[in-house]
Amino acid sequence: MKPEAWLLIALALLAGCDPPQPPAKSYAGLGQEAGAFNPVTRNHALVFPRDHAAHNGFRIEWWYVTANLRDSQGREWGAQWTLFRSALRAGPETLGWDSPNLWMGHAALTGPGGHQSGETLARGGIGQAGVQAQPFRAWINDWSLQGSDDIGQLQMSAGGQGFAYRLMLHSSGPLVLHGDQGYSEKSGKGQASYYYSQPFYQVTGEVEHDGQRVAVTGKAWLDREWSSQPLAAGQSGWDWFSLHLDSGAKVMLFRVREDAGPPYRAGTWISATGETQVLSGEQIQLQALAWTTQQNGKQVPTRWRVQLPAQGLDVQVEALEPQAWMNTRFPYWEGPVRISGSVGGRGYLEMTGY
Amino acid sequence: MSALLLTMQALLSHWRRHRVQGLSIITGLWLATALWTGVQALNSQARNDYARASAVVAGPAHAQLVAPGAQRFDQALYLQLRQLGWAVSPVVEGRLRFAAEQPLSVRLIGIEPLSLPPATNIAGIAAQDFDLQAFIGTPGQAWVGPDTLQQLGVKPGEQAVTSDGQVLPTLVLTPQLAPGIVIVDIGHAQALLHAEGQLSRLLLTDDSKPLPDAIAARLERQPGEDDTGLQRLTESFHLNLSALGLLAFVVGLFIAHAAIGLALEQRRGLIRTLRACGISLGTALSGLALELGVFALLGGLLGVATGYLLAAALLPDFAASLRGLYGASVAGHLTLSAEWWLIGVAVSVLGALLAGASSVLRAARLPLLALAQPQAWRLAQGPWLRRQAWLAGLLLLLALACYLWGNSLPTAFTLLAALLLASALLLPSVLDALLGGLARRCREPLTQWFVADSRQQLPAVSLALMALLLALAASVGVGSMTEGFRRTFTGWLDQRLAADLYVTPRDTAQALQVRDWLATQSAISTLLPSWRVELTLQGWPVQVQGIIDDPGYRSRWPLLELRAQAWEQLAGGTAVMLSEQLARRLGVQLGDRLQVLPAPAPGMTVVGLYADYGNPKGHVLVNADWLRRQRADAALSGISVNLPAEGIAPLKHELQARFALDDSRVVEQSTLKRWSTDVFSRTFAATAALNSLTLGVAGIALFISLLSLGQQRLGQLAPLWALGVRRGQLAWLSLGQTLMLSSLTVLLAIPLGVLLAWCLVAVVNVQAFGWRLPLYLFPRQLLQLALLGVLTSLLASAWPLWQLARRQPAELLRQFADET
Repeated sequence: MKPEAWLLIALALLAGCDPPQPPAKSYAGLGQEAGAFNPVTRNHALVFPRDHAAHNGFRIEWWYVTANLRDSQGREWGAQWTLFRSALRAGPETLGWDSPNLWMGHAALTGPGGHQSGETLARGGIGQAGVQAQPFRAWINDWSLQGSDDIGQLQMSAGGQGFAYRLMLHSSGPLVLHGDQGYSEKSGKGQASYYYSQPFYQVTGEVEHDGQRVAVTGKAWLDREWSSQPLAAGQSGWDWFSLHLDSGAKVMLFRVREDAGPPYRAGTWISATGETQVLSGEQIQLQALAWTTQQNGKQVPTRWRVQLPAQGLDVQVEALEPQAWMNTRFPYWEGPVRISGSVGGRGYLEMTGY
Repeated sequence: MSALLLTMQALLSHWRRHRVQGLSIITGLWLATALWTGVQALNSQARNDYARASAVVAGPAHAQLVAPGAQRFDQALYLQLRQLGWAVSPVVEGRLRFAAEQPLSVRLIGIEPLSLPPATNIAGIAAQDFDLQAFIGTPGQAWVGPDTLQQLGVKPGEQAVTSDGQVLPTLVLTPQLAPGIVIVDIGHAQALLHAEGQLSRLLLTDDSKPLPDAIAARLERQPGEDDTGLQRLTESFHLNLSALGLLAFVVGLFIAHAAIGLALEQRRGLIRTLRACGISLGTALSGLALELGVFALLGGLLGVATGYLLAAALLPDFAASLRGLYGASVAGHLTLSAEWWLIGVAVSVLGALLAGASSVLRAARLPLLALAQPQAWRLAQGPWLRRQAWLAGLLLLLALACYLWGNSLPTAFTLLAALLLASALLLPSVLDALLGGLARRCREPLTQWFVADSRQQLPAVSLALMALLLALAASVGVGSMTEGFRRTFTGWLDQRLAADLYVTPRDTAQALQVRDWLATQSAISTLLPSWRVELTLQGWPVQVQGIIDDPGYRSRWPLLELRAQAWEQLAGGTAVMLSEQLARRLGVQLGDRLQVLPAPAPGMTVVGLYADYGNPKGHVLVNADWLRRQRADAALSGISVNLPAEGIAPLKHELQARFALDDSRVVEQSTLKRWSTDVFSRTFAATAALNSLTLGVAGIALFISLLSLGQQRLGQLAPLWALGVRRGQLAWLSLGQTLMLSSLTVLLAIPLGVLLAWCLVAVVNVQAFGWRLPLYLFPRQLLQLALLGVLTSLLASAWPLWQLARRQPAELLRQFADET
């Protein structure tokens, strides 16, 4: 697929990386069309369950679940389920192939046997992929994430070449709004998205790796984000952390790397009961400690030092599987991590634009 | 090396004195290669295009899922398979019509770029490299090849409008796309084809899993072989052309052979001298072979270049007839690979070898001290003619065997080839016998000399005469067949196209509306709806047409054979009628039972056979009600209407206005007939052109033979001159000789041509197309061709004789001095 407008944006929001040789006309197209899509504004109240469904006036949107799992032998696994929606033009969803929506699914399973990933694409309008609120159902081809209206109970399944998983998710805490009541800035220049999470899922189910089925339990984290604006020019990629601390608290952190100047950092501290504290850039210290060469020759940091002095957090975050490379049309790194230091824990790390 | 060089110099010096001879060898090889490669260029272009057309979407190994009978099916099946995890990609296709200068119909293929199997190429563009936003967005893109673009009369970036008034997405020139194909996004295709929510097929990536039961009940797997349907359908057409090309090739070789043979005979003395000077046999032979190679290369290069031009000139007609006959699209320009050029030169070399090998071999066997006598007209005629007659007899036996036991197109062509070759080989014997008979009746010295000298010339000119015989016989045969076909076909069209107005609605729903509306029109005397199902019967594509019971059919539908009560049984739904070619292919005769639709539909009795010229698919007539009971998906494909002449035009306009039907969907009888006959005249245009070229080649053969003969014949003519016959008179006598020989050949060519015509209509046509035509003879045409043959020989002899008449007495005198 040519890195056309929709993928550029998907990529820009997901990764902020430079797509290979982006055609100039795509950027021109972006500029022209941006006005037609709904803008992301502060003081816009999120409403549930409505906002669990697709936001057709916006250009780009995703449903993102990462799960840290463990089997009866104590082996650790990670599962990722992602659905991207991207609109070719502004306007409501229409029936038939004429629909403006394109859908892209990514799934991965990381475990003792390594990291496996899959990708699937679909057009909107014909029922091949979509998201509805009541009852909640997000699907693309044979992958789905579905359950109760309040997304408190979800079944999540996906699979690819040599792997599959079927997981049940039960939430034990409230939804979490990031930034200013869900208005999450991505740069100092006003680029933003609506962003909320459900980080309190308990998981049971099974994963299948090369034909072997393994029962697993663990924790999962759902991210929901939608926007119309790409990242600012000069932002080259991002590093994103979702951490389940053994204390019961959760942390979401990200930094958007700038070509020139220090990266833009932000995050949310979530207490064990779901109270949130916005973390601003100066409250976050991120330091890459060790790098791993991926299958395509790219070097990505797979061990980090994360410090939140105000919260007394000083931990090392290390990839379970340093080769968790997503070999999709737009490759990036995404995998489970182990936390050690001032507190233990598990989590997920996503790195794009390397 | 230097010995070889000297030998070459000596050998080549011959051509300085005999330029015409050298020219004739090159001409022979040139023409032979040109016609053969020209035909091959046409054929290979067509085959390339078929392959491109079938490989547009399906990669070479993609299996597909299709509905039985190649009907469209509900898109829900695609979603169902996708939700079961099947990596399938939907395709919808159909035809779009355009009211260009000539009504144009293109194959519209709608694809879904996101789900295409990973390694798929669409007209050379990888699935990953699609400009998605432009392709699937609004107005989207319509990919077309250069030929289609030209036919549509639009430029890239414009939007074409169908004859229904629908606007295509923006046209994008895609050089690699096969002609006659337009590729758009599936959404645009469904809208343009009025097939919302409908699919034609699903491309399969993984062919190993068994289909889920719910799907298997509705879709069937089609193995991933490339679709060779067009190739199969058009095979006989190409074989026909190849046969003609081969004939021209053989005629061209005759020329080269004659000239090479003559050159060797004339150089016997030279070769003897060279050998006597110490040049080894090997070196001499190498020299001859090298010389042959040079000729072959020159002739080959010229021939391939000319063949290319010839093919380019014939291509428009050729493409038009393929389109008309088979709906096969062939590009209007040639794109040929280097391979093709190499093969052309190789063919020329092969031809030179065929033409020259015997001469080189003869040179090899030449005794060192044999007298260097010019053998050209000293050949011992008796054994030579006998050997040829024996060979001819064997060939005739082969021809007979092919006729009796042959049942394929290759055997039919072998029959033709054996017959032609045998006749050619017999020609000198027959002419010799005729002249012998004539000689016995001649009393006057000059007439006796006239006949005897003609006999003497026979070995030298016989090859040229053979070429004339073959070319003329082929002209007579092919001419009779095409004329006969035209006559049969138009007669058949007159009967078959009996309705005044033919309506082809867009789909069944519209057809029903049209039918109901027409039924309310009082002016209409008969209204005949026909229902259609397309299926494959024993691997052959077949159209099943359901007709209502109407007395009109009894009087108008021409049947070749029928049983008693045939139409009544057909109306009762217990019987079928078949097209002649389908009956032949299935090996079915009147009274046989045939399972037209798969069980549980009942088998039916075959009660009638009819001609269905020009239809590459099989055709079956059944009762409409029966068909609709058995197959709910039968489409109301056409409605024919009879009404008084003055009502036709108003009704047509009313129909067009009321149902938004364009000219291609409401057609008057006269237009339809014109289209049909156009298709056939174009089909034979290429044939006729090749045919006249072959005759031209034969004329050149004769010309060259006579020219070389003329130079050698001075020795024969000088004594006559010495005896008091004037030069002018000598020239006239020689002309008379040539005319006599060629007239006799022409006379023999005519019955041979008629025999050939019979073989074509009764054997080759049956094998090639599945229909047999009555043999028609057209005396006028025969006379014309006979005159053309004589005229050709007259023209061929004019120049050599003109030269003869202008010979200086000194030259004639020198003959006596030279003869030692």
